[in-house]
Amino acid sequence: MRLPSFLQLSPRWAPYVLISPFLVLFAVFGVFPLCFSLYLAFQSWEPTSGLGAMEFVGLDNFVFALGDEWFWKSLKNTLWLALAAGVPQHLVAIPLAAFIHHAFVRSRDVVIGAYFLPYITSTVAIAIMFSSLFSTDYGLINAALGAWFGGEHVDWLGKAANIKPAIAFIVFWRYLGFNVVLYLAALQTIPKDLYEAATLDGAGRFKQFWFITLPSLKPMVFFGVTLSVIGGLQLFEEPFILTGGKGGPDQAAMTSAVYLYRMAFDFNDFGGASAMSWLLFAVVALLTWLTNRAFRDKRGAA
Amino acid sequence: MQTGHLSGRFRRRSLLAATAAMALPTRSNPRQVLTVAAFPLVDEIVRSAAPRWRSLYPDVELRVLSRQYADHHTAMTTALSTAVGLPDVMALEASYMGRFSLGRGLDDLMAPPYSAAAVRSQFVPYAFDQALNRRGELVALPTDIGPGTLLYRHDLLARAGVAESELTESWESYVRCGLRLKAATGTYLVSNAQLVKDIVIRNGLAKGEGLYFDSDGNVRVRTPRFVRAFELAREVRRHRLDARVATWSNEWAEAFRRGQLATELSGAWMVGQMANWVAPGTRGQWRAAHLPGRTYVGYGGTYYALPRRADPQRKALAWALVKLLTLDAGMQFAAFKSQDAFPALLATHDDPFFNEPLPFLGGQGARTLWREAARQITATPVHKQNNFADEVVGTELDNVLDHHKPIAQALADAERLLVRRAKR
Repeated sequence: MRLPSFLQLSPRWAPYVLISPFLVLFAVFGVFPLCFSLYLAFQSWEPTSGLGAMEFVGLDNFVFALGDEWFWKSLKNTLWLALAAGVPQHLVAIPLAAFIHHAFVRSRDVVIGAYFLPYITSTVAIAIMFSSLFSTDYGLINAALGAWFGGEHVDWLGKAANIKPAIAFIVFWRYLGFNVVLYLAALQTIPKDLYEAATLDGAGRFKQFWFITLPSLKPMVFFGVTLSVIGGLQLFEEPFILTGGKGGPDQAAMTSAVYLYRMAFDFNDFGGASAMSWLLFAVVALLTWLTNRAFRDKRGAA
Repeated sequence: MQTGHLSGRFRRRSLLAATAAMALPTRSNPRQVLTVAAFPLVDEIVRSAAPRWRSLYPDVELRVLSRQYADHHTAMTTALSTAVGLPDVMALEASYMGRFSLGRGLDDLMAPPYSAAAVRSQFVPYAFDQALNRRGELVALPTDIGPGTLLYRHDLLARAGVAESELTESWESYVRCGLRLKAATGTYLVSNAQLVKDIVIRNGLAKGEGLYFDSDGNVRVRTPRFVRAFELAREVRRHRLDARVATWSNEWAEAFRRGQLATELSGAWMVGQMANWVAPGTRGQWRAAHLPGRTYVGYGGTYYALPRRADPQRKALAWALVKLLTLDAGMQFAAFKSQDAFPALLATHDDPFFNEPLPFLGGQGARTLWREAARQITATPVHKQNNFADEVVGTELDNVLDHHKPIAQALADAERLLVRRAKR
């Protein structure tokens, strides 16, 4: 059956039409908000007055953001959390992946699945679960700590000094499995004969790990660390839900992403929030570039 | 012929359809739909007004769009900013009035055709005044209010030999009673020292003075109001008179259930919350009083506003609905009885219902007390950085309470942050 002529695609246009659903969605939900936030970063806007109420203010929003104590505070919180949650993820995931790779054969998928589960679980469910685990008087974590070490209950989410480690732990727990999967995939590409040759040469498990596994994993480490840097700097959901959207006592868990959301929706300053989001973008870009530099080997390839 | 027959049948069918359509104008006619956006409990109040509305406007369907409290206000901000998805009537909670009254997204109800100045005297004065913005525009009409009250455990006070008059004489005496309560019964005076600060900073406000900023946008956080509030809160914490729990947290509710909290500072509506789910087991043991030092403050309340860019054809209907919900004594009463929504309409305040005993408060007729408080409250002008100021001051108080930061230093730090924001 032939289609009516107006439904027939000429080969010249077919690729564009077929790819257009993605492009349209990307334009609407990706490009447009991006451009709009850039535009907004140079405006002062009272949102409840409507779109016509914008007023061009030049670089005012950027000047304000750079001089804003809370912006720097949130950036410090973000970096702290990114390091405290990110570094252990990789330090644990690499040996763990190597262990799973060697120790499990048949049940490997089940073990990986168990580690991967937190990653695919809803953040809201996770945050609610942990908020009850971390509860000062009725939480399991304090109950366990009390049983083992005694002492007073720790106010995990109500005290500025404790809330960051609590959130870093959740983020670590959540993304560990994801990194394990990355490293397991990389481990499978390392040729077995390297290990066989090393065994013949008398190298033990640790030496094999140190001299064969780790160097071979380097490209994947670069990839994983880059994802952790980007993800860590954009951390939003866990601290947002655990602190009721406020950032916790003394704003100790207010990451940059939480702060710029609050700037817009709690403090009604969309211009300032947009300027901050672009500053955050600059920080993410800079740190990603630095990561790239750090992993570049002597020949210049990542 | 065949074609003729077919077309004949076709003609007859379409004729039938057309007749049917004409015969049912009231049912299948595009009826007008009036949309109200609201949040929980207010949505129930609007829904329960539907039968009455239908009797007045049988051709206008009432549709209630309900969202969770914070989502609702975010959605309303978005709707106003883009003029997309605007309801005909929007409910606004009192703490959001500041934000929504600053822009120009809501109709000025003082201006014609609304001319709400004529109904001003019918409302609790502070509730009406709170909806006036700096330009003198009325951005919404009040429907319910939350007169502040002190709830206390009658039995615990009796055990400690503390009289109500001692507890409420002044904020200083309130704290002193807390010491006696703690010594005699081991209970906490209050859930969090922050609550004490929240009210005491409102104590002694000059008329027209904002909480954190004056009318010229100058920061007012180093005034004696704040120093006193911080000192009192520090006393409370120093003597461990507060349970250090956040309102609505599990610990907070649990502390009430276990009788570990001797008093609560809140709006009158809290009695309903306590009786229904927070601590129904403590029924009969509570009493209500005026806040210490005869402080009169409002805790929340609800307003109805008309978005400026909503469909102009339904504006008159929307206004009729707002008037029905806010100015009709029957409607106001129904909401009071079903949802504990304390009426903003003065005409309801003389009803014998106010004298009825409240079982949760051991039979006390506390509504008259709240009625009296409501008339004493004055409106406070809201600055656009109010939310931010709330949080900065709260954080600085935490620094004082937890890290022994000197009060003068804490208030100076708060001032510095607020000065930078004030002019944005």
